[in-house]
Amino acid sequence: MTTLIVITALGLVTLFSEIFGFRKVLHPIVLAGLAVAFVTNIFDWNKGGHLFNEMMVIDNFSVAFTGLLIAITFIWCLMSPDFFTEPSSEADHFALIIFSLIGAMVMVTFANMIMLFLGIEILSISLYILAGSNKTNLASNEAALKYFLMGSFATGFLLFGIALIYGVTGSFNLEAISSHLAQSAGQNAVMMLAGVLMMMIALSFKVSAAPFHFWAPDVYQGSPTVITAFMSTAVKTAAFAAFFRLFLHTFSASPSIWAPTLMIISGLTILLGNITAVYQTNFKRMLAYSSIAHAGYMLMALLAMNDSAASSLLFYTTAYSVSSITAFAILLLISHQTGNDEIKSFNGLAKRSPFLAAVTVIAMFSLAGIPPTAGFFAKYYVFSAAAQNGYIGLVLLAIIGSLIGVLYYFRVIISVFKTEEEGQDVRVGPVFRMILIATSLAALLLGIAPGILAGLI
Amino acid sequence: MLSILIFFPLLAAFAALMSGANAKRIALAAAILEFGLSIFMTIGFNPAGGTQYLVEFGWVTSLGISYKAGLDGISLLLVLLTTFLVPVIILSSFRHNYKNPALFYSLILTMQMALVGVFSALDGFLFYVFWELALIPIYLICLMWGGKDRVRITLKFFIYTLFGSLLMLAALIWLWMKTPAPHSFDIRAFYDLNLSATEQGWIFWAFFLAFAIKMPVFPFHTWQPDTYTDSPTPGTMLLSGIMLKMGVYGALRWLLPVVPAGVHEWGNLAMILSVTGVVYASCIALVQKDFKRLIAYSSIAHVGLISAGIFSLTLQGIEGGMIQMLSHGINVVGLFFIAEILMERLKTRDLADLGGIRLSAPAFSTFFLIVLLASIALPLTNGFVGEFLLINGIFQYSTWMAAVSGLTIILGAVYMLSAYQKIALGKPNKLTEKFADLTPTEKWVLIPLVLMIFWIGVYPGYFLGIAEPSIKALRDVIHMSHGISLLSN
Repeated sequence: MTTLIVITALGLVTLFSEIFGFRKVLHPIVLAGLAVAFVTNIFDWNKGGHLFNEMMVIDNFSVAFTGLLIAITFIWCLMSPDFFTEPSSEADHFALIIFSLIGAMVMVTFANMIMLFLGIEILSISLYILAGSNKTNLASNEAALKYFLMGSFATGFLLFGIALIYGVTGSFNLEAISSHLAQSAGQNAVMMLAGVLMMMIALSFKVSAAPFHFWAPDVYQGSPTVITAFMSTAVKTAAFAAFFRLFLHTFSASPSIWAPTLMIISGLTILLGNITAVYQTNFKRMLAYSSIAHAGYMLMALLAMNDSAASSLLFYTTAYSVSSITAFAILLLISHQTGNDEIKSFNGLAKRSPFLAAVTVIAMFSLAGIPPTAGFFAKYYVFSAAAQNGYIGLVLLAIIGSLIGVLYYFRVIISVFKTEEEGQDVRVGPVFRMILIATSLAALLLGIAPGILAGLI
Repeated sequence: MLSILIFFPLLAAFAALMSGANAKRIALAAAILEFGLSIFMTIGFNPAGGTQYLVEFGWVTSLGISYKAGLDGISLLLVLLTTFLVPVIILSSFRHNYKNPALFYSLILTMQMALVGVFSALDGFLFYVFWELALIPIYLICLMWGGKDRVRITLKFFIYTLFGSLLMLAALIWLWMKTPAPHSFDIRAFYDLNLSATEQGWIFWAFFLAFAIKMPVFPFHTWQPDTYTDSPTPGTMLLSGIMLKMGVYGALRWLLPVVPAGVHEWGNLAMILSVTGVVYASCIALVQKDFKRLIAYSSIAHVGLISAGIFSLTLQGIEGGMIQMLSHGINVVGLFFIAEILMERLKTRDLADLGGIRLSAPAFSTFFLIVLLASIALPLTNGFVGEFLLINGIFQYSTWMAAVSGLTIILGAVYMLSAYQKIALGKPNKLTEKFADLTPTEKWVLIPLVLMIFWIGVYPGYFLGIAEPSIKALRDVIHMSHGISLLSN
């Protein structure tokens, strides 16, 4: 609870910074606040318990994911200020990001359907604004509008699903719904089935799983790159944690009503995401499709439905976020210098900045899932967990998907080593250097000693 | 001690990366030290003592993954081959000034680390990780220092081999799931599995494809000629001299003893593919005009024979495979080095442009002839011992296959000798008149190779003595724990 209060207070302080004129010291305040929240969050480890009349639950799952979310936001706040489009937007951006962090935290700690809805809305509304924060850019406006329209539609599905489930069980409480499902022992009302499927659709939209992924490429590409970086890491992590808590903690009593559908969604997402990504020439759009593909792999963790599912999801989201944020940080630097975000602008990076080339290679290896990087173990955990539960066909499909993935991730690496072309040197500031070293080391460390995270929850 | 042997090259790779212009010398010194260490370990090795220098501790205990490595006779010979060839390869590159040498040499040393790891891992997962790790440096070497068409070719190479490895990973996970809980990747646990024949058939194919692509066995070889031709020569040497042995070794260690019923069922087909590859690649080699490409195809022929010998499951076949892996590694590195010298001095690899080099460069031609004769298996050279044992082993399995694969000796003699004729004999033309003879450094690359050619050719008993008890133990595992009857002796 302390963590949530700290973050909320931080958000309010950030808002007031413009009025009371302490904008100049805002950046250190935000970073310090996040660090404090991270520490208070650690104290909740192994405590357990409920908050606000069983509205929220504190368990190791929620603590681990909250920690991950705060860490991602911290890195984001470190790297983003240089790239805001207007000088005045620093306070707005930080405030909105912190509010969406609150939403994300609620999404990983909810014990009640109402809180899930609130969390998703707090997160989404902030993001709709952020997607359009480059006010003069047409693509950014389009992204915001598209995201908003599609997002509200998905929220409609979510509410409808919650209502139907309430109609069957008479409760919003996850525990109550879970025990109701267990008692009915397979005899489920059609209403229950419809409710669960609607919630699945809404959450599939949030994690951009096929066939509900169409918004993602346009929104990712149109939004300012800093915002895309946040969307594809923190937002994805939170949405998956919510997905997990809802389906594996609550609906797990009768997997037969949702597992087959989810399997198809997962397979379809892997195939569509990977195949479409091959045809992209724009780095940002390629990352958008790759994030769709990764959503497909992460859905496999939900299907695993065994003890290792939670930790494999945590590992995957961490590995993915770490490498993804590295990739976006590199893109920020490069597009800042070249003015576009095509894959072509990576040409000859090995010469222009050997340091950036090295971290790009590590990030791409990790996203492609090649040892000894975190991405490899992430895929490994998820695939083996799904295989253990009998989804052999899906695992084979995922393996083929990973193979296709190599094609487009390696295109970036190849372009990095194109030595024929000359380009300007890319300057990497000390802060960025630090961030990139930290995230790349994390990607390698998790690939060499995955045990430090794998057995956590 | 084994861990030092595995990870010392990685340390050296960091040193080389940091050293800038001195990378060459640091890499050479490190590789020689590594070779010394491996010799020291060979002296302390007792051939009859089974697996030695065992290290084991939990790596990811929750998943039953451990860091377990050890050396038996089979592993030791391949580790020796690696530690012997890497310094030779590094020395062979001294003549050439590669761009960004620090990175180049550190990648070679990283590759060495992965190769030694592959040959000594006794945990399925560890094996897989090293297997993949070996792929990354060689990919980057080919990508950064390769020829004109390198982007397309290296990507094809990477996708091909990654496809195989992922299949292998799937098979490893399947085996892991079948081990009694708590699951384990330990090779011992895999040996003790009791899988149905159908399961074994599937796993056989998953493993076989991975290894067959790496070797490469016909018809999975299409990545190989292009990659060999287009890579920088040290890369080609690593690929052909050592890396393709990963495939053969993988089959010996992880395929035959783990799924013997699968081998029983499908081994015949594997043999047919291998033998077909022998003849097919030899025939293509006959018409090659580019010398480097010719060696690439001859390499497919040789490795096809090795693979056939191993799948025959006979003692001679496997022993021959071991000796021939060493011989082929030594010979092919020698041949590629000769091709590199030719290409660098004359700017052409086209055989039609050459001729009469013997007159201007007698030492070069003599070394060339020795390596070439070893490659076509003349008695008293290493190639003879290997091919003799291999064909003997295949003969016990099937007379017909032995007859067909025996063609390799004849065809090999035809294409190799005719290449020698075109390069070294005849009248010198304008291009080859001024061909300079070997420099001292180049001699120092070839001398150890030639010494090894004769050592293995005259007294193979030393190497067979190291490997034989382990091969017998391997056959015992196949025979005893799975009740698969093997051909006698």
